[in-house]
Amino acid sequence: MDRAEVDAKIREIAEPFNKKGVTITEDTSFQNDLEFDSLTVMDFVAEIEDEFDIIISMNQQAEIETYGQLVDAVTKMQAD
Amino acid sequence: MSEGISQPDQPIEREGEGKDLFSKFDDIIAMRQGLLDSGVEDPFNLVMEKVLSPTRAICNGRETILLGTYNYMGMTFDPDVVEAGKQALTDFGAGTTGSRVLNGTYQGHKDVEEALKDFYDMDHAMVFSTGYQANLGIISTIAGKGDYIILDIDSHASIWDGCAMGNAEVVPFKHNDIEAMEKRLKRIPEGAGKLVILEGVYSMLGDVAPLKEMVAVAKKYGAMVLVDEAHSMGFIGEHGRGVCEAAGVIDDCDFIIGTFSKSVGTVGGFCVSNHPKFEIMRLVCRPYVFTASLPPSVVATACTSIRKLMHGSNKRAHLWENSKALHKGLKDLGFQLGTEEPQSAIIAVIMPDLQQGAAMWEALIKNGLYVNLARPPATPANMTLLRCSLCAEHSEDEVGQILDIFEKSGKAVGII
Repeated sequence: MDRAEVDAKIREIAEPFNKKGVTITEDTSFQNDLEFDSLTVMDFVAEIEDEFDIIISMNQQAEIETYGQLVDAVTKMQAD
Repeated sequence: MSEGISQPDQPIEREGEGKDLFSKFDDIIAMRQGLLDSGVEDPFNLVMEKVLSPTRAICNGRETILLGTYNYMGMTFDPDVVEAGKQALTDFGAGTTGSRVLNGTYQGHKDVEEALKDFYDMDHAMVFSTGYQANLGIISTIAGKGDYIILDIDSHASIWDGCAMGNAEVVPFKHNDIEAMEKRLKRIPEGAGKLVILEGVYSMLGDVAPLKEMVAVAKKYGAMVLVDEAHSMGFIGEHGRGVCEAAGVIDDCDFIIGTFSKSVGTVGGFCVSNHPKFEIMRLVCRPYVFTASLPPSVVATACTSIRKLMHGSNKRAHLWENSKALHKGLKDLGFQLGTEEPQSAIIAVIMPDLQQGAAMWEALIKNGLYVNLARPPATPANMTLLRCSLCAEHSEDEVGQILDIFEKSGKAVGII
């Protein structure tokens, strides 16, 4: 899957978690803009992991602040 | 009320570009102040002026039934336990002033480790100064950089801190979800070290883990298994060894972590294991090495208590009766509980929100009943809980009084 496809898929997964209907850009922050708490993060990450058959450990999550960084990371992981 | 926190904020002028490192706590300071301003008695500043028995104390000037301690088996005032502590204090002094690996191992430390080996029927036992340190030490030492830890999202803070300290890759799964756990195990790169961490009883809701299935899945993927049985020791399982014993999987658990600060009735933590190389932990586990060992009186009380718990089947039966009676009574009164059926000695009453939870807590304490108020972030799903933990020394009559107080308070606050 190329980056655009990964982006489309993650946008779809993010939709129900985006309770406030924030417009998601590459720079959207999960914590500050989307206001995800730890349980939301877990559910969101679990769906992405299942979709792409990857593991995003908490250590890796700590490096991901924005939507764009997440798409980059998942694109790379699912290609490996 | 603590003076420091009730003082109004004073802007602190700092020279240069320094900022107040405490500004990160402003939200929690405001939340606490909001709660206190509403006029409720501070739930996090209770003082027990006198402790009358495992189930009674004088709290803030009132005689109170204790329903929020972890004194499940009521060992704190057991005459043999108290006598053993006094004797050790006389014979060995007030403290060891040293690490277990230097001058801090007395006869009593070896004796309590022997008692643990007998209690769990395992080859090795290692005693730490607290239960927190046992998790911190074992987890951070065995799972290091490049290893994977798969754990339940509702794990205790000491488990999370152990994970962080060891630098392993940390992969949480949804609470008690066997399928979610298996999916994650399946994706771990081949050849990586794997540690699955589970708890027997989860202390916030008092629910137990499906250990039979989970331990089998962990073993299928070649993972080592660590089970924290802090809230089940002495009570669950035929010999009181915990949920892993009751589920019939204790032989597949590589490490069991426990504590002396619950059923045993004092303070301290431990790990028991059959791993042939386990003893090396004493040299490489930093939270074991770089702290002072438990005082002689503490290990003597723990040792006596553990040996008595081996023969505690009558007390275990009575504690189950209490748990069932309280669960049914609260349910009949219309309270929302954390579990459909009683699964442990913990019964969690779910509150609509923090404000009403604090009001209910205050009504209970003023009517002579102490329970734990648990609030986010310690609780799952941001719930506010009134956590009731029963003791084998609560009489049938006391459980009845507890239910009366819940009814009276719940109606006064408008929760039922």
